[in-house]
Amino acid sequence: MLTSDSCLSLHKHGSSMASDSNSSESQRIAQQRLRIIAGHLQKHKDDDSGTIATECKAEANKGTVPRKRQEIMKWNGWGYSDSKFLFNKKGQAEFTGKRYRLSGMVLPSLQDWFENTFGASVNHKSPATPALNASAVPPASLNEAFVEDLKATGIPFSHEAEDRVFRAHGHCLHEIFALREGKKFERVPDMVVWPNCHSDVVKIVELACKHNVCLIPYGGGTSVTSALECPPEETRCIVSLDTSQMNRILWIDEKNLVAHVEAGIIGQDLERLLNESGYCTGHEPDSMEFSSLGGWVATRASGMKKNVYGNIEDLVIHIKVVTPRGVIEKSCQGPRMSTGPDIHHFILGSEGTLGVVTEVTMKIRPIPEYQKYGSVVFPNFEAGVACLREVAKQRCAPASIRLMDNEQFQFGHALKPQVSSIFTNFVEGLKKFYITKFKGFDPHQLVVATLLFEGDRERVLQHEKQVYDIAATFGGLAAGEDNGQRGYILTFVIAYLRDLGMDYYVVAESFETSVPWDRVLDLCRNVKERINRECKERGVQFQPLTSCRVTQTYDAGACVYFYFAFNYRGLADPVHTYERVEHAAREEILANGGSLSHHHGVGKLRKEWMKESISSLGVGMLQSVKDYVDPDNIFGNRNLL
Amino acid sequence: MASKTLYSQRDPMLKRDGFEDILEERRNSSDLKYALRCYAPVLYKGVTPCKANMLKNIVLQSDQLRYVINQVSQESGEAPDIIQEEASVILEEMAHRLQISTVRFFAFALSKAFKTLFQHVCVNEEGIQRLQQAIQEHPVVLLPSHRSYMDFLLMSYILYTYDLALPVIAAGMDFMGMKFVGEMLRMSGAFFIRRSFGGDKLYWAVFSEYVKTMLRNGFAPIEFFLEGTRSRTCKSLTPKLGLLNIVIEPFFKGEVFDVNLVPISISYERILEESLYARELLGVPKPKESTSGLLKARRILSEDYGSIHVYFGQPVSVRSLAQGKVNRSTYNLFPRHIPRKPMEETQSFVNDTAYRIVRLQEDNMVLKPWVLMASLLLQNLEGMELSVLTEQTVWLRGLALSYAAFLDWPDHAPTAKVVSSSLALHRGLACVSGGRVSLVVGEPLGPVTPEEALFNRAVSVLSCASYRNQVLHVFLRPAMLAVAMHTAASSKKNEVYNCFSFLWDMFSNDFILCPGDTVQDFEEACYLLVKTGAVQMPQQDIVMTDIGQPTLSFFNGLLEPFLQGYQVVCRYLCEEASEGLTEKQYIPAVRSFAVKLILAGNLRCYEVLSSDMQKNALAALLRMDAVRKVKVADQVTLIVNKMAVNSIDDILGKNRMISHINQTQISPSLSLVAVAEDLCRDGLTPSYIR
Repeated sequence: MLTSDSCLSLHKHGSSMASDSNSSESQRIAQQRLRIIAGHLQKHKDDDSGTIATECKAEANKGTVPRKRQEIMKWNGWGYSDSKFLFNKKGQAEFTGKRYRLSGMVLPSLQDWFENTFGASVNHKSPATPALNASAVPPASLNEAFVEDLKATGIPFSHEAEDRVFRAHGHCLHEIFALREGKKFERVPDMVVWPNCHSDVVKIVELACKHNVCLIPYGGGTSVTSALECPPEETRCIVSLDTSQMNRILWIDEKNLVAHVEAGIIGQDLERLLNESGYCTGHEPDSMEFSSLGGWVATRASGMKKNVYGNIEDLVIHIKVVTPRGVIEKSCQGPRMSTGPDIHHFILGSEGTLGVVTEVTMKIRPIPEYQKYGSVVFPNFEAGVACLREVAKQRCAPASIRLMDNEQFQFGHALKPQVSSIFTNFVEGLKKFYITKFKGFDPHQLVVATLLFEGDRERVLQHEKQVYDIAATFGGLAAGEDNGQRGYILTFVIAYLRDLGMDYYVVAESFETSVPWDRVLDLCRNVKERINRECKERGVQFQPLTSCRVTQTYDAGACVYFYFAFNYRGLADPVHTYERVEHAAREEILANGGSLSHHHGVGKLRKEWMKESISSLGVGMLQSVKDYVDPDNIFGNRNLL
Repeated sequence: MASKTLYSQRDPMLKRDGFEDILEERRNSSDLKYALRCYAPVLYKGVTPCKANMLKNIVLQSDQLRYVINQVSQESGEAPDIIQEEASVILEEMAHRLQISTVRFFAFALSKAFKTLFQHVCVNEEGIQRLQQAIQEHPVVLLPSHRSYMDFLLMSYILYTYDLALPVIAAGMDFMGMKFVGEMLRMSGAFFIRRSFGGDKLYWAVFSEYVKTMLRNGFAPIEFFLEGTRSRTCKSLTPKLGLLNIVIEPFFKGEVFDVNLVPISISYERILEESLYARELLGVPKPKESTSGLLKARRILSEDYGSIHVYFGQPVSVRSLAQGKVNRSTYNLFPRHIPRKPMEETQSFVNDTAYRIVRLQEDNMVLKPWVLMASLLLQNLEGMELSVLTEQTVWLRGLALSYAAFLDWPDHAPTAKVVSSSLALHRGLACVSGGRVSLVVGEPLGPVTPEEALFNRAVSVLSCASYRNQVLHVFLRPAMLAVAMHTAASSKKNEVYNCFSFLWDMFSNDFILCPGDTVQDFEEACYLLVKTGAVQMPQQDIVMTDIGQPTLSFFNGLLEPFLQGYQVVCRYLCEEASEGLTEKQYIPAVRSFAVKLILAGNLRCYEVLSSDMQKNALAALLRMDAVRKVKVADQVTLIVNKMAVNSIDDILGKNRMISHINQTQISPSLSLVAVAEDLCRDGLTPSYIR
């Protein structure tokens, strides 16, 4: 279940990101209307099937993710096997495949940016091991009795090396780096099971308890906290419980605007299926293309449009969890209850240590009539942060508002596809001239806020004006829809770009935090400086890239997201170096009033700071819940505590 | 850039930079051109300099100050506007108004003055380069030692010379008394703070926000004196923590990534205020700073004051120092603009840092041969043969060098030459007659009473002591060990350590001893004495070697005045002090007690007449709970625990001679205070300079 809105992640903005989205405004609205009507027509059918859908049946899988994930996804990198960045023979960057808006395009400025930023060269390659070396995988140590009993249930399972290795990792740098280098694995799951429904999970957990087998829930596999790593000291048989086949929407309740969904569904499928009925959840973590509903719950995920729809904890109405002690459920779906501490909050963020989330009832909304991107350029980061703070104060944040620092702005620009028309080129040049020369913005200081508005058209336009007016008081200049959209493209291709970097001696990672408003600037500056210092002290030969953005706003603070990358040529153990720097950066965050995590979670990567973060008493409270719910540590991934 | 290894810098083999004489170029080229040349220093991260008025606005509008203004307004019932106005007035009185034209004027005038007064003004250029780098990377705090009024003019002069950003300098309000000069100093970057503003919340808020604003924005390096005031004894003073707390806090609160502290050691071969200090210590009040006083000081211009050495130490990174000592996240749960008392952890860190910095200042103080000679002369107050002095100076030079003293001994000059030219420069203090060297005692005009004679002798001893004091930090630890060995009358290491620890504690107001470093200092002392062959340490013992006698007896002699001084204070408190002795009466009373002892021939130590020593001794006794302060009405009374004081006296006095006091020999009406006051009325100039 431990998937999350991973940092390095893919991001889909409804239909807008797909390759069909160049249609004009009116067309788009027409399409949306059509979809809505189609949704209404379908409604009755859904209502009819609703009652039987809860039964578990091995129907043909309609989800995107097959049991053999490696059939469509990279075994040692991010995303789909057919989509990747590469430098072609002319040294120009290309994005292969057909799935994305950038697919098949040439990105002429990327090479220059890449080489200049990192001191890297397209001539210095650090290629990955081409295929999994089965001999590097420890043999499966199976619990025969468990396997026998499991066979009797008819639930599919596998102990092939490829299946097991795929579920032995998330997307931390050290995990992907090890895969690419063909390193030997210390511990991987001994087998993988694919339950089809809630009752399958109940059976599996019962058997695991009976035979003392360790279960590790697996959802979308996008964890960036070492949460999926098997504890090397675990001597029991480790079974990876892959929820990907539990991917149906069981029913939709339009009167209360909620949907009941199996927790293995991944974000893109959930959104696509709901869209068919004219609805959406509005929950769009950057990893939504691959991360799963259960993973969101287990890590307290956050979506980019949380300003309108809320974070996962605001979205869930009911959670069903299978634990070694039995199933946790509530008795009703009341929108708020005063019945002691909310037991959902033991589950939210439990990171697979208590059980498996099998079904979730969550809020849905009608698809918004109108969407509009926007952007504002500020002379510097300080002005930008002041503006975001004011927007949060006036509680008029658009669905998404993000402030990218200068480095990220330039990074985004490096991803501009080849411009076909001279006219566009000319207009771009003119814009640049206006901002830098006429308005006197320093191109090495200016930052950009990207915006996404949603709602009915009139309100969006009104809202847009309000936000731009506030921005103007902080020296912000509206910089067009295109710049805004490009900002969001960066988030969605960043994980693919990391794979490109690793082909050329560049390692990269991201991390996040949340921090009170008055400390945002200090934290950003100090963390960047700390990274630069640590890199220098640890012998990194090239200036690292450190970049951040204020990616979410709240009443009392903001979520800050960092990218950090460096060229590791000349380093004996780049992963170790990287880990030390990240460790230092996290200490700096904590010292500057930032939280341990805003939405990535703790996993095993940040466990050491839990006591400091929530006090030892707090850790004790969590531990006592764990001890009660799972006394034999069946869910033994050892995250969090 | 910044040194991470402050704590391990006690390496006796520490490497030091060489010096360049900045006056050399001044003697060869036009001062006017120099004063008018292009001055364009690089600032922190390339910030543009901030106009004084803008700075004031930032301060007045800061959340920090606004919070305190509202608080004060609520407490006092005054409208916030009025308090705000008050704050504005305070700021007006405080703020600097740095002006390049004034700086240029000083550059010109000081060039002229320095060339007349000094032979050389030497600066370590590598230190300047380190500083230049540091200024660009982080907010910088300049922490010079403080021996003379010259210090901060000199600092600014040097920074101007090297095209570095001019500092803003925290100066005591007393300068403001000198109308014109005060304003001149203000325009050269000084800002003025009241000497005491204990309970004044608003003043504190304005002041600390003013300093922090300059620091956070990196507008200019901040400069202040950790010692708080000029050291009249040439020993480093116990550091004051107020300003250091202020400049370090922005780091703890995450407002800056780091702060670099730069210890700077300014060593004068001859201090301009030399004899004034001695008189001040003897109770002649410090002259009030006045412009006319300064003009009178012009007479000084005709004297030769030798050389100045200014050593810019390795910048010390507060971040590195605080690593693992202060948990910055303890600042997370409280709004940063609300003033709060620093936590214990922070306080002890700041205290510790202050001591370390002062020790770094000490380490890089340049010592002249005369300092060694003064140490020897003070142990031979009756005078000594020139040849003996020369021979012992050579011996002491070797000892000092092996203890890593930063000795500026002329290359390739015969020792006799070095000794004679030192004597020539300090002819006001020592003279040679008939092959014997002795201290010069100023002869006042007219008839001399025994008290006046005593006073004059005390002036020359204290002046001379101010040179010996410069070398104390080099010898202090081994010297305390030597005394401990003597006192313990046992060779057992643990017993010697107990004695050492007692002395360490006793003297921690007089010398810079970092809190908590007793064991480390003891080990350092052992190491040094073993290294120079004066002691051996077989198993659990410490014993003197065959050749150890001269070293150990020199060290015993070196600390003798302090031991005797403290003992006199103890005796006074036990035998003389009346019930209800007030704090105010304490110093004059001890002084007249000592005068009686000296006149009676029972005491030969003049240094106990120094108010500095008297204050330090009292502070030590207070710290050791042998004396308590009790506030009765408006007066602070000292309650003496005679048992405790007696036993301290016993330990100090073991094997030491002060004969018992015979009360009847002394006429109580003749106190030194009266003499001092007479002299004060006569004018401030020491007679022997006339």
